[in-house]
Amino acid sequence: MSAVRPVADPRAFKDNATLVLEDPVLRRNFRDAMAYLADRRAAQFPDSDAFGRLRTLGETIRRHALSRLPELLETLEANLRANGVQVHWAEDADDANRLFLDIARRHRATGMVKGKSMVSEEIELNHRMAEHGIDCVETDMGEYILQLDGDRPSHIIMPAIHKTREDVARIFAERIPGAGYTTDVEELIAIGRRTLRDRFRDATVGVSGVNFLVAETGTLVLVENEGNGRLSTTAPDVHIAITGIEKVVAKLEHVPPLFTLLTRSATGQAVTTYLNLIGGPRRDGERDGPREVHLILLDNGRTQAYREERFRATLQCIRCGACMNHCPVYARVGGLSYGTTYPGPIGALISPHLSSLDETRDLPTASSLCGACGEVCPVGIPIPDLLVSLREAARQHRPAARQHGALKGQGTAGSIAEALAWKGWRVLYSHPRLYRLFSWCATRLRRWTPASQGGWTRTRAPLIPARRSLRERLAERDASARRHREFHDTRS
Amino acid sequence: MSTARDAILSRLRAAAPATPSPPPDIAAHYAGMPADDARVARFVDRARGWRAEVIETDATHWPQALAAVVAAKELRLLLAGAGTALSDGIAAAVPATRRRWYDAPIETLRPLLFDTVDAGITTARGGIVETGSLVLWPDAAEPRTLSLVPPLHIAVLRTSTLHDTLHHAMRAERWADGLPTNALLVTGPSKTADIQRLLVYGAHGPKQLVILLVRDGDPR
Repeated sequence: MSAVRPVADPRAFKDNATLVLEDPVLRRNFRDAMAYLADRRAAQFPDSDAFGRLRTLGETIRRHALSRLPELLETLEANLRANGVQVHWAEDADDANRLFLDIARRHRATGMVKGKSMVSEEIELNHRMAEHGIDCVETDMGEYILQLDGDRPSHIIMPAIHKTREDVARIFAERIPGAGYTTDVEELIAIGRRTLRDRFRDATVGVSGVNFLVAETGTLVLVENEGNGRLSTTAPDVHIAITGIEKVVAKLEHVPPLFTLLTRSATGQAVTTYLNLIGGPRRDGERDGPREVHLILLDNGRTQAYREERFRATLQCIRCGACMNHCPVYARVGGLSYGTTYPGPIGALISPHLSSLDETRDLPTASSLCGACGEVCPVGIPIPDLLVSLREAARQHRPAARQHGALKGQGTAGSIAEALAWKGWRVLYSHPRLYRLFSWCATRLRRWTPASQGGWTRTRAPLIPARRSLRERLAERDASARRHREFHDTRS
Repeated sequence: MSTARDAILSRLRAAAPATPSPPPDIAAHYAGMPADDARVARFVDRARGWRAEVIETDATHWPQALAAVVAAKELRLLLAGAGTALSDGIAAAVPATRRRWYDAPIETLRPLLFDTVDAGITTARGGIVETGSLVLWPDAAEPRTLSLVPPLHIAVLRTSTLHDTLHHAMRAERWADGLPTNALLVTGPSKTADIQRLLVYGAHGPKQLVILLVRDGDPR
C-alpha cells in the first residue's frame, strides 16, 4: 500500500515526481502496467506498414474534421436536434456545471450515475455537484475505486492503475457496508457490480463522456468494456453527455478506422466489448432508453489551441493513452505527478490550453524527447515537436516563439539569470577571440570550479572543464606532427 | 447558452483554414483488405476468443438449441421480445413459466429486470467476422436493456448476415441513411481489467454471452 498522494497542481510537478520516485510500490505498479500495455499494443500492430497506413487514415480523418470544425459542429447540432437530442454549449467548467445543475434540478435528481468521462474530471463535476447536494457516483470500476478512496485517476484509460488488489480490498472493506476483506479479484468485481447495480436501477440522471460525435447522422459514439457506459446512458430517465468540441468527425464511415486505432492503441484489444451508437432519446412505442438526451459541448481552452495551426494538431487526439504508456518519464513518475486532468506527453500539450502555460510550464520539460510518443500516436500528432515548441513558448527566447500569441502565461518560465546566461553564450560564441580567452581562463582556473552546481550536482558529479580546450589540444597535436615530419625530412 | 454557442463558433470560424484539409478515402483503405473464404469459421473462432459461447445450429433446430441452453444453465426466467421472428420459436422451446415477454415500459419492468430475470434473448442484426462481434439494433420489441441488464445474453445470429468488417456492414446496409435510437457492436461478455490489470468477465453488463449461430447461407 502506497501512502503517497501527489498534489493536484501542475506547479507541484517536481515535488510530486520526487515523492513518487521515492516510493517503490508506486514505481513498480507504473512500470509493470506500462510495460504490459506497450506489449499488448505491439501485439496488435505486428506489421508496421499496416499500422502506418491505418494511422495515416486516422490522421486524415481527424485533420479533415478539424479543418471544417465550425461547419461540422453546426451540422452536428442540427442533426442531433432532429433526433431529439438537446444540445448545449459551454465556454468553461462553470458554464458546464451550471448546465448539469439546471437539468438535475428540473428532474429533482439527488444523484447521478456516471460512466467514465475525462471531460467530467476536467470540469470537476463530482465536487461541484456535491456542493449542491447532488451525489455523483462513478461506475467505471477503476473510477469507483478511486472515488471511494478520495483519490484521482493516474491514467486516462486505466485510472486506478496505481492501486494494488490489496489496496482495493482494503478500500472496499472500509467503504462499502457489508463488504468483507477479500483480495480475490473476481469477488471484488462482484462486490462492485452488486453495489452499483442498485444505483443504476434507481438513478434519474446518467452521465457519460463521448468518444466520437458524428456530424452527418447526429450520433454519439461510446467505446467501453464494462457495460457501465451502456447502463448510464440507457437505464436512467435522463442522459447527459459531455465532451469537448473537437470530438466531431464528418461521416459515420469515419468511425470504424478510428475505433480500431483507439482500442488497439489504448489497451491492445482488437475491439472492445461495446461500441455504442446513441441516436437519441426513447421514441414513441419504445420501452426503454432515456426520455431526454442532452449533449454539452465544452470549449474550455480548445478554441485557443485551435487558433494556432501547430497546436491545432493536439485536438486530433482520440484519448487512447498510448503516448503515456510509451513515455519513459510517465512510466517512472506516474500520472498523478503531473497534477493535471490529462497527464503524460499529450497532457503536457493540452493542459496549457485548459489552464495556462504559467501553471503547467514544467510539464513540457518532463520528456527526454526520445520520440516514442510521436511514434505510437494513432493519429499522427507530432508530440515531440510540439513539446519543444511549448518549451520555447514558455521561455520566449526566440522571436519565432512569439508567433504563438494565443497561449496564456507564455514566457513565464524565463528568468533574468537564464536570459543573461543565454545572452552571454551568444556573445561568446559569435566572437572567436572572446571565446578563446574564455576557454583559456576556464581551463586554467578549473581548480576553482564550484563543487555545487544547483540541480545538476544533486544527482551527478560536478562539471569541471578539461585541462586544455579541444582547440589547444588539436593545435598541440598538429605541432608535434609537424615536428615529427620535419625530423624525418631532414634524415632522408 | 446561445451566447456561448455564438462565441465559440465565431472564434472557430475566425481561425478555420480557408480550404479544408482533404477528406479520407475510406473505401480504398478497406478495398485493399484480403477477402476471407472461411468466414463463418473465422467468426466462430474470434467470438470464442472473446469468451462467447457459440452454438452452431440451423433454421429449424435453433429452438431446441435454446431449450438445451435453458436446461444446462438452469435458467428460471428468460426475458424475450414479443412479436419478433424469434417469438414463436422461443415460445415452443421454453415453458411459459420460465419466460416473460418484454411487453411493458422499463418503468414497470424495472424490479423484475434488475432482480429476477436471469437471461435475455435478442435477435442479432448481423455479425462482424474481423472481430467476432454482434451487431444489435434494439427496437420497440427488443429494447436496449434486454441485452444489457440480465446476467446472461443469448443472441440469435444468422450466417447470411455476417460482414467482413464494421465498415462493410455500415456500407452494405447504408447505416448513414438512417440509424435507430441505439445501435451496438457487442463482442463477448462485459469485462474489466481495472484491478491490477487482471481480466474479470461480468463487470456491469452480462457475465455470459451465448450465440446461437443459425446456418442459413453464406455471408454477404
